[in-house]
Amino acid sequence: MAGRLVDEGRTLQPRVSDLGLSGQRRRATAWVTGLGVLLLLSVVLGVGVGAVAISPGAVAQIIGHHLFGAPGTITWSLPQDAIVWQVRLPRVLLGACVGAGLAVCGMALQAMVRNMLADPYLLGINSGASSGAAAAILFGFGAGFGENALSLTAFLGALAASFLVFLIARSAGRVTSVRLLLAGVAVGYALYALTSFLIFASDSAEGARSVMFWLLGSLGLARWGTSLAVVGTVVMLTVGLLIIWGRRLDALAIGDETAHTLGISPDRFRTRLLVLVSLCIGVLVAASGSIGFVGLVIPHIARRLVGATHARAVPVAALLGAIFLIWADAISRTLLQPQELPIGIITSLVGAPFLLVLIRRLHATSA
Amino acid sequence: MISASGLSFAYGRSEVVRDVSLSARSGRVLGLIGPNGSGKTTLLRLLYGSLRPASGTVSVDGTPLEQLNARQTAQHLAVVVQENGGETTMTVAEMVLLGRGPHLGTFARTSTADEEIAWTSLQRVGALHLAPRSFAGLSGGEKQRVLIARALAQQATHLLLDEPTNHLDIRYQHEILALVRDLGTSVVVVLHDLNLAARYCDDLVLLEHGRLVGQGPAEEVIRGDLIERVYGIGVERIEHNGQVHLLFNPQIGERSSEEFSTSTP
Repeated sequence: MAGRLVDEGRTLQPRVSDLGLSGQRRRATAWVTGLGVLLLLSVVLGVGVGAVAISPGAVAQIIGHHLFGAPGTITWSLPQDAIVWQVRLPRVLLGACVGAGLAVCGMALQAMVRNMLADPYLLGINSGASSGAAAAILFGFGAGFGENALSLTAFLGALAASFLVFLIARSAGRVTSVRLLLAGVAVGYALYALTSFLIFASDSAEGARSVMFWLLGSLGLARWGTSLAVVGTVVMLTVGLLIIWGRRLDALAIGDETAHTLGISPDRFRTRLLVLVSLCIGVLVAASGSIGFVGLVIPHIARRLVGATHARAVPVAALLGAIFLIWADAISRTLLQPQELPIGIITSLVGAPFLLVLIRRLHATSA
Repeated sequence: MISASGLSFAYGRSEVVRDVSLSARSGRVLGLIGPNGSGKTTLLRLLYGSLRPASGTVSVDGTPLEQLNARQTAQHLAVVVQENGGETTMTVAEMVLLGRGPHLGTFARTSTADEEIAWTSLQRVGALHLAPRSFAGLSGGEKQRVLIARALAQQATHLLLDEPTNHLDIRYQHEILALVRDLGTSVVVVLHDLNLAARYCDDLVLLEHGRLVGQGPAEEVIRGDLIERVYGIGVERIEHNGQVHLLFNPQIGERSSEEFSTSTP
């Protein structure tokens, strides 16, 4: 049959340095390393911040003592130990996981629907979780689940919503981007109405207040236990898979036909991606409510730093999201002490200007 | 060789390709031509397996397409589709390296050998100097070259192109098609422009309402009477310096075909 398209026996010797790829790789490695260090610092500093300020040195010692038994001599007070280990560290770790998860899920969805404005809540998953949580808070739904009742009903609500969106979007074995967007918006609004109705129908003003607080997002539920372990595991799994699937995401972001011609079945890949993202977002929303803007803005910043190749952009987005949410939470805890602001207010306040800058830049490049 | 027999396809109830059989011979350029809505692009998509035919089969180098998975298909067929990357911020080099995907395992990363293939591919389309630039910032003609380079990097045995000259200036139209023809590989190309088809294709397939109405060497398919009937426009065929040129005259097409004799010389 016909010869291969590229004749490898050509006289010209390829010089791969012409491709300019090594500089980009170096930059990505530098960013991942730098942000990794920054994340560790943020954890320590973030734990120290709050109504009772604790020095970073003491925080590091307390954490070290609990993890490795070093240092052996205790130079801090018991309340300090409790604040760091029991209260703030799980909260900061949850924040880091939620931030990382939201950022990478946002990135995956932006590639999947080829829309820069896609965010993790696009598929109505958070509305499903909110309905579940409202039912739990206001009407004691799922009380049989014990102390994790809120998280579990929220997660069930999220799963139900994503399943519904998927069913509506699917037609003749295919899920198209447009149909997915429309189904997500429709289901989201319907469930939002349901949540509002639940608040309206309930007599409990206190309950309505806690639903509102949860709707705006909060890391206040964080404590050591299965819930944190589940969030951590799911987020790590999601980040890992998205890095492995990087090339497929690159192709899918260009278009279905392109993906197909590069040996990727777009429908099958999109379905897998949906299952993964729905699961991850469901777990995150169940743990912390809906925290806006992280999943929308962080992917853009990550791409700006290291380029659009997903294998490089996903880890950077994960680290950025984690750091961003740790600091947003630190601000929400300290700004109006002793009151705690819902973290969603902070992320939106910081995120909106970012988005505006982005829109202006976008305009400048396309004009 | 890509061969298709008895291909039919319908979107819902409207049949777009009806009982088409053809073969794209190795080392030759086959053009798919026909008026808007005649099923050219759909036929191409059937040939590279993006659509499954309602009936009929496609085989590539003797293997039926349905026996190949998406990756294997991409190792045989490299396709330049009309999707142009949208808002991607990938560089040209990264775009071309995507062409190595079908040869890489799930966990494998691109190697120096892959980069050398990308280099060679860019060099062949004369776009090496664009490598570090942002793909989205290129002109239409440059983008098309890069997409052809990506297809070359796939190292497939056949190259398929869907209207590669769309939205390009006349100079780039000729440049791109000359480039494709000079690759010396098996090419199937959907073309809108009949003069370009006459000039750059060895063989042509002419479609009308999804049916094959002409097939064979280009100079035999580009017949004034046939083109006039299928496109509904007056055609004058002239030969100049050994090249076939078509001149179009809308007024003649508005009359019924009996009113004038064939305008072939």
